[in-house]
Amino acid sequence: MVVETLFELEINNHFLPMIKVSHLSKIYTNADIKTVALDDITFDIKRGEFVAIMGPSGSGKSTLMHILGALDTPTVGEYWLDGEKIADLNEDQLADIRNRKIGFVFQAYNLLPRTTAIKNVMVPMMYGNINKEESFNKAEKYLAMVGLSDRLYHAPNQLSGGQQQRVAIARALSMNPSIILADEPTGNIASSQAAEIMHIFEDLNEQGHTIILITHEMEIAEYTKRIIHIRDGRIKEDKQNGHRKLVKK
Amino acid sequence: MDYQELAIESFTTLVLNKVRTGLAMLGVIIGIGSVIALMSLGQSSQQSIENQIKSLGSNLLTVQPGAPNTGGIQGAFGGNTTLTYNDEKAIKSSPKITTVKNVTAEFRKNAQVTAGRNNTNTSVSGITPEYQQVRNISIASGTFINDGHLLGLAKVAVLGSQVAIDLFGEGTNPVGQSIRINKMSFTVIGVTVAKGGSGFQSPDEAVYIPLTTAQKQVFGVDYVSAIYIEAKSEQVMTQAQNEIGYLLLSQHRLTDPTQADFRIMSQEDILGTVNQVTGTFTALLAGIAAISLIVGGIGIMNIMLVTVTERTREIGLRKALGAKKKWIITQFLMEAVIITFIGGLIGVIVGVLVSFIISKLLSLTPVLSIPSILLAFGVSAGTGIIFGWYPAQKASNLAPIEALRYE
Repeated sequence: MVVETLFELEINNHFLPMIKVSHLSKIYTNADIKTVALDDITFDIKRGEFVAIMGPSGSGKSTLMHILGALDTPTVGEYWLDGEKIADLNEDQLADIRNRKIGFVFQAYNLLPRTTAIKNVMVPMMYGNINKEESFNKAEKYLAMVGLSDRLYHAPNQLSGGQQQRVAIARALSMNPSIILADEPTGNIASSQAAEIMHIFEDLNEQGHTIILITHEMEIAEYTKRIIHIRDGRIKEDKQNGHRKLVKK
Repeated sequence: MDYQELAIESFTTLVLNKVRTGLAMLGVIIGIGSVIALMSLGQSSQQSIENQIKSLGSNLLTVQPGAPNTGGIQGAFGGNTTLTYNDEKAIKSSPKITTVKNVTAEFRKNAQVTAGRNNTNTSVSGITPEYQQVRNISIASGTFINDGHLLGLAKVAVLGSQVAIDLFGEGTNPVGQSIRINKMSFTVIGVTVAKGGSGFQSPDEAVYIPLTTAQKQVFGVDYVSAIYIEAKSEQVMTQAQNEIGYLLLSQHRLTDPTQADFRIMSQEDILGTVNQVTGTFTALLAGIAAISLIVGGIGIMNIMLVTVTERTREIGLRKALGAKKKWIITQFLMEAVIITFIGGLIGVIVGVLVSFIISKLLSLTPVLSIPSILLAFGVSAGTGIIFGWYPAQKASNLAPIEALRYE
């Protein structure tokens, strides 16, 4: 009996999905015209997975990303993130979820202009009420992790695209989130640097981080372990990525 | 919420946008500065006038020609011709008058006064000898005008201390010298002790000559500008006012007091009227200044709104990173309040400096009332909150998706 309970706890910790999406739909109504952006989507993502969500523009992948990122709520359906039900939360509760559980990496980096790299990394921790000293130390650590120890006090305009995106990754890591949500993270970056960014994601995944990548480039999706194809608001294909690129070190 | 961190961030943002911040601040600086400078100007001129009136003594009555109900403001001297030297003589000699200690009459008009190559346009007062007691004039050197001068239409003059300096320079004694008033030659027989004050009927800036000489030889008139009465004590002021009133009515062959062609005012009356006028004046100045403060506030709102639009992406990003509405509102309000706080501080300094400079130029004593400074400062901080609220609210209501998408 005792053994069983412990076993169940183990199951809860390791095998309960990090993300559970069930019968999720998003319908936009504009002047009586209904547009279905997502149509009855159901999938799970387990802890430690490295998933690419792929699809052409207009497929609904951005809408899905917004919902997964707690930036928007679904019209119908349920969404659990790390054991918390997200669907019916109010704006401030969503802000809290975004702060604690989601690390965003955007295509356009979205760093605060004229603000040093370390300050940028510290922003989420300020909103998470982490004291300044601890937040500074963590920011320093994460910037070192993405190889920017020597760029702590550089402003975004003094950094290359790849370096800016690495600052953004450090920022995404700062609150130790449940998932890292990267929206076309290499879209604005020269291909030589793009591989570098993808290697960072691979490393983070090796360390156990759950990473969801939104992209339309097969080249980039190839780095992941699982690819979900979306088309017209529905899942067209959900497969393990057998021919994933090997990490070259 | 870490307000200190937020304040540092807001401050940094403002420093990074120097021009925008400076422009927003300028409105507040001008607003607060003008409130303080104008209030101070109003108050110091009020006080200066008040002091001069008070210095004339509390048992002084002034009779002026003209109807009593034509409004409270003293008309220009010489505007009405209904009061004469005979009225003064009547007050002095009538047995019905029991409460009066001294009476004097004055005819006052500006004239060109020259001495050698120096000349000045100043007030020339034709007076009777009692003027010295009634108006409390002290002689620094020489003598004052006496009855003999009055009867003999003597061409003698007593100079106000400032006039003496203007005409003869500092350190020389003009007694015995001659001056010309309207091209008539007068002998200087005395100089008054400086009393200070300026503008409003300053005794330092007058030339005193016998009333008879002034009326008949210099200006060619038969009326007086005012009759001054020194009552025996402060307690009999009302009685004195009544006695004189009835005597003058009968002198002017009037029966109905409402038809009176003169008015009798105590220093209290004058003070009251003057305070009413200067109070209105001060309020008017404050009103004008308050408008500029509101304009400054609108300037802040304008710039904050532009800022919100300009920083839509930043706001979206902050929300994506976990900023709650409260944070965004506080951040933008903080920026507005910092602008008004620093602007207000500079405004206070500018206002104080300006009021000192103006007071110096007008030789007034600067009056800086701490309440008005605090009020202006409070208003400026309030301005920041009021005019910063709408833009801050607008910023906090941006949907993070829309804001992130905003190019």
